[in-house]
Amino acid sequence: MGQIVDVNDLSRSFGDKVALDGVSFSATAGQVHGLVGANGAGKTTLLKHLIGLLRARSGSVRVFGRDPVRDPVGVLSRVGYLSEERELPEWMRVDELMRYTQAFHPTWDATYARELLESFALDPSRKVKELSKGMRAQAGLIAAVAHRPELLILDEPSSGLDAIVRRDILDAIVRAVADDGRTVIFSSHLLDEVERMSDHVTLMHQGRVTLSGALDEVRRQYQRSRVHFAENFVQPPVLETALLIEGGGRAWSVVHSGSPEKFRQSVLARGGEVVESRDATLEEIFMARAGRSRQQMEAA
Amino acid sequence: MDISISLTDGVTIYRQIVNQVKYLVASGLLQPGEELPPIRTLALQLKVTPNTIVKAYHELEISGVVYKRQGSGTFVSEGRQQIELRERRRIIEQRIDALLAEAHQLNFTADDILRMVRERKAAMDSETGEPADVER
Repeated sequence: MGQIVDVNDLSRSFGDKVALDGVSFSATAGQVHGLVGANGAGKTTLLKHLIGLLRARSGSVRVFGRDPVRDPVGVLSRVGYLSEERELPEWMRVDELMRYTQAFHPTWDATYARELLESFALDPSRKVKELSKGMRAQAGLIAAVAHRPELLILDEPSSGLDAIVRRDILDAIVRAVADDGRTVIFSSHLLDEVERMSDHVTLMHQGRVTLSGALDEVRRQYQRSRVHFAENFVQPPVLETALLIEGGGRAWSVVHSGSPEKFRQSVLARGGEVVESRDATLEEIFMARAGRSRQQMEAA
Repeated sequence: MDISISLTDGVTIYRQIVNQVKYLVASGLLQPGEELPPIRTLALQLKVTPNTIVKAYHELEISGVVYKRQGSGTFVSEGRQQIELRERRRIIEQRIDALLAEAHQLNFTADDILRMVRERKAAMDSETGEPADVER
């Protein structure tokens, strides 16, 4: 499979804030790559480097083997991009936006664009500035996919959208992959969406990649176990290989990685037993690797 | 095809699809020769990446549950006998494991459970006035 994206040791600061810290990332043809991480983890900064909106100051970025800053035409003609802010020209009508975008893309598929407009029930004569948030996302999506790009980059595509528009977005991803074997990279804070839509996943935390790989392999490396103790613990018990412990008293839920036997022995040594074990969900892995408890996440 | 995906039990999506197709075949809800939905259709239905469906169908093909017909589609294999017993056992064993885990937490032994299963079966039989056998 061909290498589509190759980012090597990329670092970036804005003032004294480190946005990316030695990030390496790659995607091969046909992959659907989910990028997850809390706000400010560096996802958007990474994606902006892929389309040449930001220049690599340290490290290298290659898309289709080219530098997106030096060769914007060679890269951008083959890429579809939906930004998180969905900045679109406000003064244009929807049909003008389509013609405007088409002008940049010789491969524009007008039939496909019209089909999408109709399925979204978007009025072509409406001004962009009059569109609701969901409609803007739909218009931005058409502009990103109608030239049938080899690489589709979506930054938080379903952020702030209702279930119906979210479904449209997911359908567009499925179609891009199923019909044309396209490569998709999308960032999302909705972990169930990432788990459904991606086969590869990269977790970012404070500007670094903390985890990256095929989803199934990542999943296999983490277990979640429920453990019961004879003793009542006020503080979470210290257990080997444990990454995240939740619960209280005699019953705790633990996300752990590495040797399950080592974990079991450690529980046994503290006078407890493992009641149930299964592979961890992506959400549990995320919580464990991001080093925060669920309560803290929800409060944030 | 009636398949549902759960993201809370830690089972990978492709594994859930494989298991549920095997279940549909073992229970006769999918018949030999019947065509499975195209990859794109199932991906859109389940809202999962088509690559996951490809992987699931591939594994089902390797284990002999389905076969691909060149340029056409994916079909349920003939001779479901072979997988049937193994699959039926696996489905029931999963339920037994869950039952035993719960029993253990509630302080019932395996012998208690065996006795209770027989009692329940007897109660069901007397309610319906006939043996509640699944196969008639």
